[in-house]
Amino acid sequence: MSAPATTRPLAPPAARGESPGRRALRRFCRHRLALLGAVVVLGFVLAALLAPWIAPYDPIATSWSRIRKPPSELYWFGTDENGRDVFSRVIWGARASLMAGVVSVAAAVGIGVPFGLLSGLAGGWVDAVISRIADAMLSVPFLILAIALAAFLGPALENAMLAIAISATPIFVRLARGMALEAKATDWVEAARALGNPPWRTALRHVLPNIIPPLLVQGTLAIAEAVIAEASLSFLGLGQQPPAPSWGSMLNAAQRFLTQAPWMSIYPGLAIFAVVLAFNLMGDGLRDALDPRSDRR
Amino acid sequence: MGLWLIRRLGQVVPTLLILSVLIFGLQQLMPGDPALILAGEERGDPQVLAEIRAELLLDRPLWEQYLAWLGRVLMGDFGFSWRIRLPVAQLILDKLPVTLQLGLMAFVIAVAIGVPAGIVSAVWKDRPADWVANGLALAGISTPNFWMGIMMILLFSVHLGWLPPSGYVPLAEDPLQSLATTIMPAFVLGGSIAGVLMRHTRAAMLTALAQDYVRTARAKGLPERLVIAKHALRNALIPVVTLGTIELGRLLAGAVLTEQIFTIPGFGKLIVDAVFNRDYPVVQGVVMATALIFVLLSLLADLLYMAINPRLRAA
Repeated sequence: MSAPATTRPLAPPAARGESPGRRALRRFCRHRLALLGAVVVLGFVLAALLAPWIAPYDPIATSWSRIRKPPSELYWFGTDENGRDVFSRVIWGARASLMAGVVSVAAAVGIGVPFGLLSGLAGGWVDAVISRIADAMLSVPFLILAIALAAFLGPALENAMLAIAISATPIFVRLARGMALEAKATDWVEAARALGNPPWRTALRHVLPNIIPPLLVQGTLAIAEAVIAEASLSFLGLGQQPPAPSWGSMLNAAQRFLTQAPWMSIYPGLAIFAVVLAFNLMGDGLRDALDPRSDRR
Repeated sequence: MGLWLIRRLGQVVPTLLILSVLIFGLQQLMPGDPALILAGEERGDPQVLAEIRAELLLDRPLWEQYLAWLGRVLMGDFGFSWRIRLPVAQLILDKLPVTLQLGLMAFVIAVAIGVPAGIVSAVWKDRPADWVANGLALAGISTPNFWMGIMMILLFSVHLGWLPPSGYVPLAEDPLQSLATTIMPAFVLGGSIAGVLMRHTRAAMLTALAQDYVRTARAKGLPERLVIAKHALRNALIPVVTLGTIELGRLLAGAVLTEQIFTIPGFGKLIVDAVFNRDYPVVQGVVMATALIFVLLSLLADLLYMAINPRLRAA
């Protein structure tokens, strides 16, 4: 992360010869809650990756002999209406949630940032068209847009991810456009242009590096929102299809047994809450760590 | 002011037009032939299929379909529900009062929690009260709406038996029972934006408390209570009012799952049922109506901002 000084003039000169990346890392680690968030996220990532080895039972195989058993030493989170172990399904469900969160936000960044940069740097009618489309999409609340898209695409986890990615794209268009406009007014971009750099090079070398900090913050917070969106879509039957485990669809099934088997709805919800909270803590911590104006924390 | 309003409206119109193209375009994502869905039992009969296609203009070029659709939407005609054979506009208008009641109750709850919490946390910044308020706000933002609803049903309906777990009684029919059926969903909805409102209020209060006029007020010996209430708060509320208006629009999105959990026959349940029944005109109509409400709310937010900010009124 030791970029040449010319690309990072937004940050003040690093104190005690520290690189901006290192300083951000130091600030982030001092932020104990953010660190806790990162640890929780890491834990869930490991659980998702190692699910086949750490889940005590098969997440899909049904068993009539152990239907809706309350939590016990054998079944930590109890069993569901088909005799499946809730704990194992929560572990496997982390896959759908994290994948939906990370992949859809990565796609939204991949589509949104180039369009935003183009919009901000090109200006004129290109900017007008892109901005109006982003405005139009932002005028439909995120979840309603995602539900409508998923409904027309058809129920499947991939389609839910696509719907979330499209719904999250305009946020990143706006972010990149704003940063591009800000950068365009600075002397160093002016200088880069005066030296005869082609516009794409200016965008990649001189604008993009400055967008990365706010992008990291916004991206982390967007993952939190995307995880909730995936759970919501799966809850409505528009995401991961049963019997494949996902926290949202587990909650949907659990609602019918709220009186007899409350554990079925408690644990998947707690898992969603923990992951979303962890991403939000990380996002808030990153914001404090990467903001060059706040060196007091 | 007049010129500003015209320019602002000039932004709204192209936004809504582009949105109409996008919403119309949703149809093109659909797998399968809508005529086949509509024909139902008679899907084998080419005669019936041809008639349906002609009626829905499915046999015409896309741009012609769009213009015909847009023309009808502009007249307030969102087409017919495929499922219930009622005009979509009528369905939406029927459900809107229910969601409006829920939304307003939620908003009152959100303001009653979020604004005082924001003030407390700004005034006692970096002290226990601030940590508690911040922690609660973060927890509220991180809890999925629908899970919160399920947990409240578990506590208040299943365990304590205080409130009905689902259903809805109109306000005009039995006000008390109506409140009993809507208080939990309103709390779920309101709680979700109380956290956001708290953060806005806190930030605005911190900015206001750092201003020169607050220092002047303190220097001339005003009691701290008056400094906070009369000098800082009144200025801090300006951005909070406008941001709060926009949050009202987000309540509509929250209502989707909340109404589903509590089986409340409102706007949100309408779109979910439409999704389940593959009733696409209703889905399109609800999305368009939501966007319209959202655009009008942000316009209202701008107007409010002008109205309550004396610095902008002169310009």
